[in-house]
Amino acid sequence: MTISPRPSRESAFSRRSFLSLAGASAGAVLLGACGDDDGSSSDTVDFWNIGTADPLKTIWPQMAKDFEDETGTKVKLTSMENEAFKAKLTTVTQSGEAPHIFHSWGGGVLKEQLDAGLLLDLSDEAWLSTFTTTSLSPYEIDGKTYGIPFDLGMVTFWYNKELFSQAGITAPPTTWTEFLGTVDKLKTAGVTPIALAGQDKWPAHFYWSYLAMRLGGSALFSSALKDKDFNKSEFVRAGELMKELVALEPFQKGFLGAKYDTPDGQAAAVGNGDAAMELMGQWAPSTQGSTAADKKGLGDKLGLFPFPTVAGGKGKTTDAFGGGNGHAVGVDAPRAAVDFLKFISKIDNQRTLAASGAVLPVVTGAEDAIEDPNQAKLAEYLASATDFQLYLDQAFPPAIGTQVNDSVAELVAGTATPEQVTEAITATAGR
Amino acid sequence: MVSETTRQQVVAHDAVKTKPAAPPKADGTRQHPKARLRNWGTIIVFLAPALLLFSVLVLAPIVLAAYNSLFRWNGYKTSPMEFVGLDNFSRLISDPIFHADLVHGAILIVLSLGVQLPMALGLAMLLNQRVWGRAIYRTVFFAPYVLSEVITAVLFLMVLSPDRGLADQILGALGIDGPAQGWLGSRATVLYGVFFVITWKYFGLHMILYLAGRQGIPHELTEAAAIDGAGPWQTFRRVTLPLLGPTIRISVFLSVIGAIQLFDMVWVLTGGGPVNASETMAVTMFQYGFRRSEVGYASAISMAMFLLSFIFALLYQRLVMRRDVEGATTVMRDVR
Repeated sequence: MTISPRPSRESAFSRRSFLSLAGASAGAVLLGACGDDDGSSSDTVDFWNIGTADPLKTIWPQMAKDFEDETGTKVKLTSMENEAFKAKLTTVTQSGEAPHIFHSWGGGVLKEQLDAGLLLDLSDEAWLSTFTTTSLSPYEIDGKTYGIPFDLGMVTFWYNKELFSQAGITAPPTTWTEFLGTVDKLKTAGVTPIALAGQDKWPAHFYWSYLAMRLGGSALFSSALKDKDFNKSEFVRAGELMKELVALEPFQKGFLGAKYDTPDGQAAAVGNGDAAMELMGQWAPSTQGSTAADKKGLGDKLGLFPFPTVAGGKGKTTDAFGGGNGHAVGVDAPRAAVDFLKFISKIDNQRTLAASGAVLPVVTGAEDAIEDPNQAKLAEYLASATDFQLYLDQAFPPAIGTQVNDSVAELVAGTATPEQVTEAITATAGR
Repeated sequence: MVSETTRQQVVAHDAVKTKPAAPPKADGTRQHPKARLRNWGTIIVFLAPALLLFSVLVLAPIVLAAYNSLFRWNGYKTSPMEFVGLDNFSRLISDPIFHADLVHGAILIVLSLGVQLPMALGLAMLLNQRVWGRAIYRTVFFAPYVLSEVITAVLFLMVLSPDRGLADQILGALGIDGPAQGWLGSRATVLYGVFFVITWKYFGLHMILYLAGRQGIPHELTEAAAIDGAGPWQTFRRVTLPLLGPTIRISVFLSVIGAIQLFDMVWVLTGGGPVNASETMAVTMFQYGFRRSEVGYASAISMAMFLLSFIFALLYQRLVMRRDVEGATTVMRDVR
């Protein structure tokens, strides 16, 4: 299952990320070695997170320390890089165990963990009412809540204002037709219109999903999943519209082999000013910064606009597609684990998180702590969102989610037709 | 000399007559049954740790994978396993991605045997001669093998990166344009890009193997060939190459098994893409096991990999390496 990267993710090539990865693995081994001794005792809470880069790398230990000072309960942090975390968590959860607190993106994987009897039901926690309703939705299964969010964002277009004005584009496009026109203008001006990480696949699935959502609204996805039938006209049409885009050859050279967060990847292409835009989640600016050659990114030159509407579609421009980050609690975890999540969800701590620029806050009232104007704008979009759909590769069970990514990648590479995409997903859903 | 031979004949004769007889000892006297029992005891004691490890680490996983491949299961211990018989295998046989995996494996094997190994052999022959800086060349050529696969892959991600990468820079300086989508970004070139990196990493190993094999060939033989009037090519073709046989057979074996099990390099370089164009069986297995939580199907893929490797190893041992291996076992038989 492909899961969108974190705002805090560093470039895969940087020395520091290698070191932190090595450190994380070493830490994991150490933790594994002494897990039985103190890991299960009630005065220590195991906390598996993916904060291997700043600001979360600093914030989580600080909050753990504050929590210990206040309650006397130790929080033991295990920080792992994204992919390493997923691999290790999969191994551990498949063996029937779960850490006390572990990072979760909600959706299909959370459902699998629930079905395996690994999750604590958090529905009765009164403090859930402090969260925005959208932010809890990825962790809600059959009316119950199994996770606590700390970040929620959405996918939008991030664009280089300078390159747009160079190409004579005065306002961001609001419809798909206008969007294709924008791509044309950028190409004519000699600018690479869009950066895309073809190898990672999930960035391409944003286009297809958003197009389907603009055509049929988010109810389309849940009904398709329920009926195990993706051969609906909206999905086929989404594929056709996407093909129109691909036919314009808008992507950077070598996009099919490009990754998202490498120095020659999607984020870096935008951060270095080589490509005019990308369709990406709330972490886009920070990843652009960390992967760009100057380690800064675009700064003020960066703007954002929501995914355009499609003529005749049911979806509105305010319907949001995105996801966030949160934590789930293992079924055997001590009460202190829930208390720690309650602690980091306190308004002061949420404001600290929001001010760091790495996350978009999920507790009502913390929005005003956001310092970056683009992030503030994104928070506004979210607050006024008329609908919210979690990334398909996370909302769906892993097999179907991965199939969506794989099939859309084939569409982009020109090896599958829009009909073949929906057929392949339907086949996997029915399996 | 004569008496020694005669005694052996006598012993052999005795052994046939009094079957089942204790095998002859080195000094020719017959072994006492108790001593034989003690022998077995020693064998068991010394074999036990290895057998135990082999069972736990090799046999048990194979049996477990074979068992899992009969179920539809998402891998969670507490989740239900639905028995589906051989469904996973029939799905595998009709899976175009699996077909492509086999083709990719075959291409890599053909390229390895046809390009990589001859190149390593040629270099080994060159570096066997008195060349200035021979030790330096040997070290430099062997160095890539010491690097881990992941480091190699990350290195070549940068080298093969479109436009900015070293490969495109050098080609650009020569006035040649790389592929429009980069070496690893187009379905037509990606497998050859991967092969290039594999070759870069592994030719040094094969070169060292050949070099060691070449140095095991007594100088007298080539000298004799030279005296008989053989030219360099004839000496190589008629003396060196046949005597390198065992080394070449081992090196081919390593190459083929390596290609069947190829994972790390592909995973880091391309992730199997674009659109499965460089996917290998091991990558497909990982995709299903860890990305899609289809552990049953992934187990079926791993069984296919196992069977292919196993059948290849058996046939190869039986048909190709028989000469090399048989010597060893017959000697063993005699001693015991």
